Amino acid sequence: MKLKKIMASLLAAAAAITCLTACKTDGNTSGNDSENNASAGGNVLRIGGSGPLTGDYALYGNGVKNGAQLAIDEINAAGGINGCTLEFKIEDDEAGEEKAVNAYNVLKDWDMDISIGTVTSGACIAFGAEAAKDNMFILTPSSTAVECISGDNAFRVCFSDPNQGVASADYIADNGLSSKVAIIYQSDNAYSAGIFDKFKSEASAKGIEIVSEQSFTKDNKTDFSAQLQSIKDSGADLMFLPIYYSEASLILQQAKSSGLEIKYFGCDGLDGILNMNNFDISLAEGVMLLTPFAADATDDATVHFVTEYRAKYGDETMNQFAADAYDAIYIIKAAAEKAGINADMSSSEICDALKKAMTEITVDGVTGTSITWAADGEPSKAPKAVVITDGSYKAM
Amino acid sequence: MSFLSYLVSGISLGSIYALIALGYTMVYGIAKMLNFAHGDVIMVGAYAIYTICITWGLPPYVGVLGSIVVCAVLGVVIEKVAYKPLRKASSLAVLITAIGVSYLLQNAALLIFKSDTKSFTSVVNIPSIDLFDNQLHISGETIATIVVSVIIMVALNLFINKTKPGRAMLAVSEDKGAAQLMGINVNSTISLTFLIGSALAAVAGALLCSSYPALSPTTGAMPGIKAFTAAVFGGIGSIPGAMVGGILLGVIENLSKGYISTQFSDAIVFGVLIIILLFKPTGLLGKKINEKV
Repeated sequence: MKLKKIMASLLAAAAAITCLTACKTDGNTSGNDSENNASAGGNVLRIGGSGPLTGDYALYGNGVKNGAQLAIDEINAAGGINGCTLEFKIEDDEAGEEKAVNAYNVLKDWDMDISIGTVTSGACIAFGAEAAKDNMFILTPSSTAVECISGDNAFRVCFSDPNQGVASADYIADNGLSSKVAIIYQSDNAYSAGIFDKFKSEASAKGIEIVSEQSFTKDNKTDFSAQLQSIKDSGADLMFLPIYYSEASLILQQAKSSGLEIKYFGCDGLDGILNMNNFDISLAEGVMLLTPFAADATDDATVHFVTEYRAKYGDETMNQFAADAYDAIYIIKAAAEKAGINADMSSSEICDALKKAMTEITVDGVTGTSITWAADGEPSKAPKAVVITDGSYKAM
Repeated sequence: MSFLSYLVSGISLGSIYALIALGYTMVYGIAKMLNFAHGDVIMVGAYAIYTICITWGLPPYVGVLGSIVVCAVLGVVIEKVAYKPLRKASSLAVLITAIGVSYLLQNAALLIFKSDTKSFTSVVNIPSIDLFDNQLHISGETIATIVVSVIIMVALNLFINKTKPGRAMLAVSEDKGAAQLMGINVNSTISLTFLIGSALAAVAGALLCSSYPALSPTTGAMPGIKAFTAAVFGGIGSIPGAMVGGILLGVIENLSKGYISTQFSDAIVFGVLIIILLFKPTGLLGKKINEKV
């Protein structure tokens, strides 16, 4: 009897340990390579960030990780920033708020000087709140929610949610894509709900009729048959999907099997859908989306980035997140050179100097040309729309 | 016409809940425990099919059969290792162990398959049906789900009422001690229950992921909770109850999504559950429990 009890508690303990180790191994592997460099010390600037390296949005996090690393390696090979070598470390936050705060604390212990914040919005809000207390400079590549850069220490490379909502509505109206639009959005997600709100108000201003508004939550994101049926009944000819790609893949599949024929328009959250394991890319044929990066663009910056990235990391994570992160590092370089940052300054002093420099620089990057920043942290650049043709993006 | 369409997709979703609920309700009826790892067995089954059919490229029927074997073995192993030593322990200890097993399975899947969502290829190869001038579209997966669920429920009912091992299950569910005195091997009967319940979970996993083809380590969690609700709804321990509860749950969920609000559908489903339990505390088809003195 006693033995059985001991066995039971051992089993429970084993289960608990497995949970712990499962999380732990992920965190460790991401940090190892940079940790070895950190001990070298000397004249270095440490750039840290966090993102979902595992989990549902791992394609985003790994894109950022590789894109940033590519830029760091290039800059170091060319002599660094103001004579300082760069070190880069990214922690895994699985797109969760608590883990992002933990990641921030780990990075602070690592003596981070400058941060690229986090990859996803919810995590960035939590991460940013901690960073604001320390006056740590943040330039997030891809967190789109307005609140992500509410602190005066925070800037971003990508468009904000409202900006994407407005740009989508404008694009649909200006190009006469549709006059009757249906929407499916994720109501418990800051990114999705943020775009939805702005899209709705801009659409009515532009004379687009929204005939069906459907939503889902994270607990209810497998069965879309009811939403799709309502959209079918509403007579909409275009479906706006301000959501992430894993849910979008289900919607595309279920719409096809329920016989719904409709045009699709999405935002940068759909980026990554073509790289999903075993996804039937013919389902995404003709899907339009706003994304600042198309791998087949022919401008010099994109061609250089795509060639280098492909050689080093392959095609799997070559998405706009990688491009945003690549730009983020070069933007930090431009601002740091403008402000004359060196490794002796504290992270708070660096932040004050960079804040000022950010509003004075103009950067040409992969995700836009002549990008400038206002003091509120929002970039000013033109959105680009692409359409998925034969399994890849084509500029529209 | 859209009403019919909501109804059909509700029945399809409900049939999957019902299949999962059968596993919950059988185990509860016989072992008197809530096997919270049941939802995760579904996920394991779906990954087994994914590995066999997509990674190894074998045909779907091999995938389904392989997955049934994997889940049946897993179910028996879980029972032997985790639950059997606790047979005389308090029900709370067993419940916590079940939750532990659930996390163990999820994290094992996370380690082996990584957490990015995988797109599942349907194992169902039945053409869809269009009725009423293409107004009503019923997919092959929906037809397969409903037909398979009905067949399984009928077969399970026959098995339990007409065969020797099935009647042994009934006897164990009524009184373990008396059943043992009558010469029934209680341990192997409980193992058989887990074997059947887990094999059903494999079938449910195949149908779930064919209808909603996104597979991640948490795929089984939410359907597992919904199916548990369905089992309580219909009266936990009752096999027809699990079927009725599952289908009702799916239909209520889909109709409230269609006509009331996609936001509140879960709140409405659980609201209905509370109301039913207020009037029928043992569920729709649950037996009244006489406390033994």
